[in-house]
Amino acid sequence: MNAITPTVTFELNGRPVAALRHETLIEVAAREGVEIPRLCYQEGMDAVGNCRSCMVEIDGERVLAPSCCRYPTQGMKVSTDSPRATAAQKMVLELLLADMPEAEYTRKNEVDIWAEKLGLGKPRFAPTRRQPQMDATHAAITVNLDACIQCTRCVRACRDEQVNDVIGLAFRGEGAKIVFDQDDPLGASTCVACGECVQACPTGALMPAREVALNIPDKQVDSVCPYCGVGCQLTYNVKDNKILYVEGRDGPANHGRLCVKGRYGFDYAHHPHRLTKPLIRREGMPKTGDFAMDPDRVLEVFREASWEEALALAGGKLARIRDTHGGNALAGFGSAKGSNEEAYLFQKLVRTGFGTNNVDHCTRLCHASSVSALLEGIGSGAVSNPVMDVTKAEVIVVIGANPTVNHPVAATWIKNAVKLGAKLVVLDPRRSELARHAHRYLQFKPDTDVALLNALMHVIVTEKLVDEAFIASRTIGYGELEANVREYSPEAMAPICGIDAETIRYVARLYATSKGSMILWGMGISQHIHGTDNARCLIALALMTGQIGRPGSGLHPLRGQNNVQGASDAGLIPMMLPDYQRVDNPVARARFEAAWGARLDPKPGLTVVEIMDAIDAGQIRGMYIMGENPAMSDPDANHARAALAALEHLVVQDIFLTETAYLADVILPASAFPEKTGTFTNTDRLVQLGRQAIEPPGDAKQDLWIIQQMAQRLGLPWNYAHVSEVFDEMRRTMASIGGITWERLENEGAVVYPCTEEGAPGEPVVFTDHFPREGGRARFVPADIIPADERPDAEYPMVLITGRQLEHWHTGSMTRRATVLDALEPDPVALVHPIDLERLGVKPGEVITISSRRGQVALYARGDDSSPVGAIFVPFCYYEAAINRLTNAALDPVAKIPEFKYCAIKVSAGGELTPQGSSGGGQILEGMAQLAI
Amino acid sequence: MNHPIIPIAIAGATRQRKREAPKGRRVDPQALADVQALLGAESRQRDLLIEHLHRIQDHFGCLGSHHLAALAQEMRMAQVEVYEVASFYHHFDVVKEGQGAPPALTVRVCAGLSCEMAGARELLAKLPALLGREVRLLEAPCIGRCEQAPAAVVGQLAVPQATPETILARVDAGATTDTVTNHAGYADYRRDGGYVLLRECVDGRHDVEQVIGKLEASGLRGLGGAGFPLGRKWRIVRAEPGPRLMAINIDEGEPGTFKDRVYLERDPHRFLEGALIAAWAVGIEAIYIYLRDEYHGCRAMLEAELDKLRADPPVDNMPVIHLRRGAGAYICGEESAMIESIEGKRGMPRLRPPYVAQVGLFGRPTLQHNFESLHWVREILERGGDWFASHGRNGRRGLRSFSVSGRVREPGVKLAPAGITVKELIEEYCGGMQDGHAFYAYLPGGASGGILPANLGDIPLDFDTLQPYGCFIGSAAVVILSDHDSATAAARNTLAFFKDESCGQCTPCRNGTAKALDLIRQPVWNLPLLGELSQVMRDASICGLGQAAPNPFDCVIQYFPHELTTPLVQS
Repeated sequence: MNAITPTVTFELNGRPVAALRHETLIEVAAREGVEIPRLCYQEGMDAVGNCRSCMVEIDGERVLAPSCCRYPTQGMKVSTDSPRATAAQKMVLELLLADMPEAEYTRKNEVDIWAEKLGLGKPRFAPTRRQPQMDATHAAITVNLDACIQCTRCVRACRDEQVNDVIGLAFRGEGAKIVFDQDDPLGASTCVACGECVQACPTGALMPAREVALNIPDKQVDSVCPYCGVGCQLTYNVKDNKILYVEGRDGPANHGRLCVKGRYGFDYAHHPHRLTKPLIRREGMPKTGDFAMDPDRVLEVFREASWEEALALAGGKLARIRDTHGGNALAGFGSAKGSNEEAYLFQKLVRTGFGTNNVDHCTRLCHASSVSALLEGIGSGAVSNPVMDVTKAEVIVVIGANPTVNHPVAATWIKNAVKLGAKLVVLDPRRSELARHAHRYLQFKPDTDVALLNALMHVIVTEKLVDEAFIASRTIGYGELEANVREYSPEAMAPICGIDAETIRYVARLYATSKGSMILWGMGISQHIHGTDNARCLIALALMTGQIGRPGSGLHPLRGQNNVQGASDAGLIPMMLPDYQRVDNPVARARFEAAWGARLDPKPGLTVVEIMDAIDAGQIRGMYIMGENPAMSDPDANHARAALAALEHLVVQDIFLTETAYLADVILPASAFPEKTGTFTNTDRLVQLGRQAIEPPGDAKQDLWIIQQMAQRLGLPWNYAHVSEVFDEMRRTMASIGGITWERLENEGAVVYPCTEEGAPGEPVVFTDHFPREGGRARFVPADIIPADERPDAEYPMVLITGRQLEHWHTGSMTRRATVLDALEPDPVALVHPIDLERLGVKPGEVITISSRRGQVALYARGDDSSPVGAIFVPFCYYEAAINRLTNAALDPVAKIPEFKYCAIKVSAGGELTPQGSSGGGQILEGMAQLAI
Repeated sequence: MNHPIIPIAIAGATRQRKREAPKGRRVDPQALADVQALLGAESRQRDLLIEHLHRIQDHFGCLGSHHLAALAQEMRMAQVEVYEVASFYHHFDVVKEGQGAPPALTVRVCAGLSCEMAGARELLAKLPALLGREVRLLEAPCIGRCEQAPAAVVGQLAVPQATPETILARVDAGATTDTVTNHAGYADYRRDGGYVLLRECVDGRHDVEQVIGKLEASGLRGLGGAGFPLGRKWRIVRAEPGPRLMAINIDEGEPGTFKDRVYLERDPHRFLEGALIAAWAVGIEAIYIYLRDEYHGCRAMLEAELDKLRADPPVDNMPVIHLRRGAGAYICGEESAMIESIEGKRGMPRLRPPYVAQVGLFGRPTLQHNFESLHWVREILERGGDWFASHGRNGRRGLRSFSVSGRVREPGVKLAPAGITVKELIEEYCGGMQDGHAFYAYLPGGASGGILPANLGDIPLDFDTLQPYGCFIGSAAVVILSDHDSATAAARNTLAFFKDESCGQCTPCRNGTAKALDLIRQPVWNLPLLGELSQVMRDASICGLGQAAPNPFDCVIQYFPHELTTPLVQS
């Protein structure tokens, strides 16, 4: 900690005090143990000084001063407890109390707390304010403005912090009122339910719905969020083994902020669909890829079994296939939702227990191409700079990513940076919410990334905006790239990508010449058959301009899952051992063989989609799938389902009866995120500790225990007594985290890697002086235009883009069972441009049927002009409209990532909706409402 | 906005609604086309929000939610950012989906103190039956025509000495726009030697030091009410790093004040020349004039005169002059609230420090002046500081433009020596009291300057002289009460005004004005509680509105205790 250098001395309540010039009086007083009331003041927010409860008397000044907004000057005499100051502090509270209701909406009403401290009695004023009605229209938040004190903490939370710009202060005088949009009911507004306003409200005027926060929790457990790669730290408030509510915590990536999923998406863990007993497929129950599933009727297909029986069957049969057909007849899918320790043990099980490298996980479906290009170009698949570096950048480029939906808290930092003057350039065929904040928004045509990026590089090369010194000292292969982009003038590319040449030139200059330009990207870049090429172009852009290796610059592929970074680090990929050691590298292999005491297959294994094909070909006969749902998430899902159904033996370890589990022979009931302890690595390479908050339900077991039991059934003598022992083994085999100890994680909660020595701080920004490639130099790899595998034609004239939506996670197995999230987005929708709707003769909200060469689904058409005309966006979270039945399994040749972002479809009005089963459709909240009646 | 509407049943989005469209109100293509057509090629920059809202309000007679949503998209703002501004100002009528638009024509009757004394209540009582449902009748806060009391506005046309008959005549004739004609136009002003001084300054024939010195010698102080010496302000802003901006306050809203309008209606180029000289002396890049919306005739005239000035500038490289239109908010007369409003925001005063001279309009050092302060610059520089300072009585120096209204025979703007007493002012300048009225009390500085009894009618009226009595001269708006009036009624009128005009930002003012009004509307006043409340409003309010709001009732308690001895029956 830095020592405080006093630069002024002043008098506080008669005694001399030293302070910095930029410290406010309220901060200095707090440090000096002098308590001053405060309501509108909240640390971390702009001080606005409107409540006037923190007034202090300053010698020689005509009126009192708000201590939250005043700074000390040399010799100033400040009194926080003079009769005048105290009278004002009390009167402000009394005025506010006079118009507040008897009812309590929070257990921590700050007005009451201060009134009590100051010894205030019943207010002497009669109430005069016309009280607004309660607004209970939102699934997550109840609004009781009769308790509002107009402190605007919610406004600042919504506008300054989260920059969702939903809450405002409208009207004036005594009628001044907190409003949503145009004084709309919260449930009808643009609110995205991040809940930051609720966390900020001092009086409960904005409170968690259904009064959940009025319960007194019996424990609070600090953990991290189980959803996206941002890695927000949070606190679970638990009572009777149930999570009551969640609050944001001051972690390095979120500083107290959360999004709707993190704050309200926790109660899937308590859903009645949870698997609580091992299940074995009933004798003679056929498996077919073409099924309709109802989790409520699980026992028609499966029977309950003891753990002993289930494990014996699950592991025993896998062992038999191994022994009969060899290890390569088996494969395993681990999960980016699991912990580092789970991922590590899972791949170790596959590699040493099965004896194959056929182990993969959903990274293949999201950033495999980014990682391939990064490993090839700069020698590391992780980000060069943390998200938070956007606050240090002059130019922020977001391409093929929709962070307000998929990385909402990361998006808040981007929006904050824009507010502070950074120039945001958004490049995306879909107009995301971030586009409103953009300095330039380039809505290029889908599938033309390489054309646009090469044109940008063309400008940088021809206008000599390259960083020659950086190219000379830190890279190889520039000549080849330079020659390649010469063919891609903006004028030539403009008709292809749909962006005019002048804009391309402007953006190229802006990016190249700024003091710090940072690129963030997502699946819009990676999920193409030219995904690796797309990423190569982004890498080349950064390298040729030297926009990497410094704070506020660099390359940041926004990682999707909470632990996709960690799972990949831990070796949950077919070609790499932990820490990205190639399996075909004899030296690396030998090291792990020694550490693990086992022979390792020198041949890289198969990837996700290749495994499905190998099942078809009869090469793979048995699988162990932990926490993944390829029946929903794989492209051409009909084919994937048929392949899974064709397996001789499938073991699925999960918390719900997923579409994949439905095809299993044995289902092992596992633990939800808050039911276990482990480490998780976020998109910033930050290793964070998730702590167990509740016990698994029934006979469900923690995943680490299950993996070990499976390992034992496969003949591995594992016996890790605690998760920390697994982590310890990891850090001894993985140099990048070698310096991180379990004790440190317990104490600090988060450590960034690379951290090779114990006690080292870790490196948030890497590649500052070399790249982890041969010679320490990065490599340019040129790319040319490759069109999408399946282009629109006369029969299938439109384009399908798939992805996620804010409220739902991936295949929906968790979020569609979370009360609030399901209520907010209950039904499957396709986002269709109003012009397309009109052409189709479909009104918004009506049913359409979308078909591709591989399948069809019927769902509701939502009018939404964020997609380009002719392209339809569908989230893949809806089991009753599983859109991956339509997607194309064509692969990027390098990374083997499928082309989720582009396939040809046709659309027709009407169609037969698949009826919803016992999850989704807002059923949980509806059920609660009926119980309440 | 006049009628905040609370929906009867609060309903969220239905499941079907969620299928149809993304969250929240969608932008209606027709509404977007309407807004685009209205805005044309005008800049969409955020500080023009209020200007754009006016265009929609003027054209459609209200601000429909669909148009607000469209405007938000067009300006790349969030709907709430537009709504919170629209709902702040009296002159915008926000209309939600499913609600009817207000009638096409609105009649506003001024209910300010002078108009109330002159019969505004009777007008407000009689008019509804006469106007019918086709015309909306509103009670307006002071419209700055106190010498014409009772005053009304039909559409945008001011009706002096309004009677039901004169109002109806305008309504029936469809006469709803105002004009100003008897003013010295650009050509007249130049013909009479106008802008010569400015040119001399720009040509280097005057020295900045010398000019500021003259202003200092004149003793001219800011005439909006705060009384900050002009010369010193110029020096301060001049010393700040550029670019520097100027904001001119013609949001004359203090009840009882109309001097700026009267001068503007006669001689608009005089203050413009003053402003341009200030811009030259201080080094100003752009000038923003903020004109209160109630002065519709002045606005039309000033727009035309500014066009003439821009078309034929008296000097090269004249600073850009922007005219910005208020939208009905007393608080925007407060300098920092005015700056917020010029920036297109809610008129909420800023906390000081930092002062606007350092961090003002658009975050730049800003020279902020009242209209009249600039009105005097040319004459003082031409005739010398000593000329201005040579006036004065009772030991005071300079000239004051008193807006006198109430029970005097000849109300109006009276240019009189500083330090004159109210009794002298009534007798020498106003033709004495009206027949049948005896001088009883006076408000020396509009609604906020306090109320004094007739027996304190010999105090010199000037800056600093009234403080010992708990009063101030402010904008020199003197309202004369007679034995037909009561100080208590005046206090209730003015405090109701402050409650309505409080921006709502800080607790002592927002809640304090409401609670104080509630207390003084009681037949018996709770004096100890009022005393405590008054002290905290003075001590802890952010701006002058809340700090001065207790003046009326404090003065009643101090100077008119006899009115409180017997419980008053409310009229």
